[in-house]
Amino acid sequence: MSEQLNAIKLSNAQIAWRAAQDIEDGSYVNLGIGFPEMIAKFQPQGRDVVYHTENGVLGFGKAPPEGEEDWDLINAGKKAITLKPGSAFFHHADSFAMVRGGHLDLAVLGAYQVAETGDLANWSTGRGGVPAVGGAMDLVHGAKRVAVVTDHVTKTGEPKLVKHCTMPLTGVGCVTRIYTSLAVVDIDQGHFLLREKLAALSFDDLQALTGATLNIAGGISDLDTPKL
Amino acid sequence: MDKTLSSLAEAVSGIGDGATIMIGGFGGSGAPIELIHALIDRGSRNLTVINNNAGNGHVGIAAMIEQNMISKMICSFPRSADPKVFTDLYLSGGIELDLVPQGTLAERIRAGGAGIPAFYTPTGFGTDLAVGKPIAEFEGRSYVQERWLKADFALIKAELGDPMGNLTYRMAARNFNPLMAMAAERTIAQVSSLVPLGEIDPESVVTPGIFVDGLVEISTPKQEEILNRRGARYPESAA
Repeated sequence: MSEQLNAIKLSNAQIAWRAAQDIEDGSYVNLGIGFPEMIAKFQPQGRDVVYHTENGVLGFGKAPPEGEEDWDLINAGKKAITLKPGSAFFHHADSFAMVRGGHLDLAVLGAYQVAETGDLANWSTGRGGVPAVGGAMDLVHGAKRVAVVTDHVTKTGEPKLVKHCTMPLTGVGCVTRIYTSLAVVDIDQGHFLLREKLAALSFDDLQALTGATLNIAGGISDLDTPKL
Repeated sequence: MDKTLSSLAEAVSGIGDGATIMIGGFGGSGAPIELIHALIDRGSRNLTVINNNAGNGHVGIAAMIEQNMISKMICSFPRSADPKVFTDLYLSGGIELDLVPQGTLAERIRAGGAGIPAFYTPTGFGTDLAVGKPIAEFEGRSYVQERWLKADFALIKAELGDPMGNLTYRMAARNFNPLMAMAAERTIAQVSSLVPLGEIDPESVVTPGIFVDGLVEISTPKQEEILNRRGARYPESAA
């Protein structure tokens, strides 16, 4: 199963592309450090989106060319950024007021596990080392939509979509949609609701790779992305 | 009124052993490197340091940790490109870590400066970081009580400063600096340009001088990111 799965599953770029299609025109969006950041690259043409970074910038653009970095102008991942017309700077308390105050339309994060109740575990594996949380616990509360981008299963094939998270929680009942390497799944009143799946994968096979029941309402669409 | 200080050494002279210090910056942006290094020269020990991170490389806060000056870090994200100095000491039990979600850290500092002893936030509810904290329900949703955070000293970095302590910041280097300026008994700012009274448009002041006790001009401040790319260490003899 795993070799077959690796042959059909979406790459991170394809997951990011799919997530980008749902970013609405005129929205304020925070993309988590790492994988979620890739979503900005695939923002559909003609949509006006303002990106927020929690260290205190609204309206940033692409990374500058190497050698032209200004290290006072960085994102939450501490990477150099550039500004777009209409950008703004603010201090950390204002930045998190934007987050907790419900002013962001969308936050996208990575995940270790997501439960059918919308609980998210993404900050600590609970296996020792140095714990670090950053803004994740704040970001999951406040944005109108909280989406996750993730592989559908772990490297060892364990489901990442589960009934209950076994890893330390980032937030309770906070996730609204999950974009995985195999499917698009909504959280609907404490249950997984399957919206899209890869055409090459049967429902039964997808269910077998998922740690809680996948519900269906109103049909399942094909999860179709370009080759990237 | 003139809050200008004559030297970095004078700026940190009052910071004794056991002090709690807020240090501005998010990673290297807005980090008062020269003030931190002056504090290393002073050699205070057993300090509690509040910052978003726990140092990167071998300069700034990482250098303070390397010199065994810090007994406790209060931060949200003790990881960086090169977190080895903190990581090694933490894993060997040599430094205490109080991990605080980033927005809660900012708001606790703001509350400390604003005279608000506690507040409720949705952040952290139901997680390990809310264990033992009071929970209350407002409009059908659960919130965690968090307490203010205050410090003996704040060391911050600003762009323009005038002798009364009015400050502006440069781009994303603002981050925690204006909040920390409010929350300490004594706030010391290093400014990249000390300008005469009246030169800063009152409309542009970000930190009003009432929050600032002393300023020192460092006209070409070092940048942590650039120092780390060069493999710099502080003090240089620590190499």
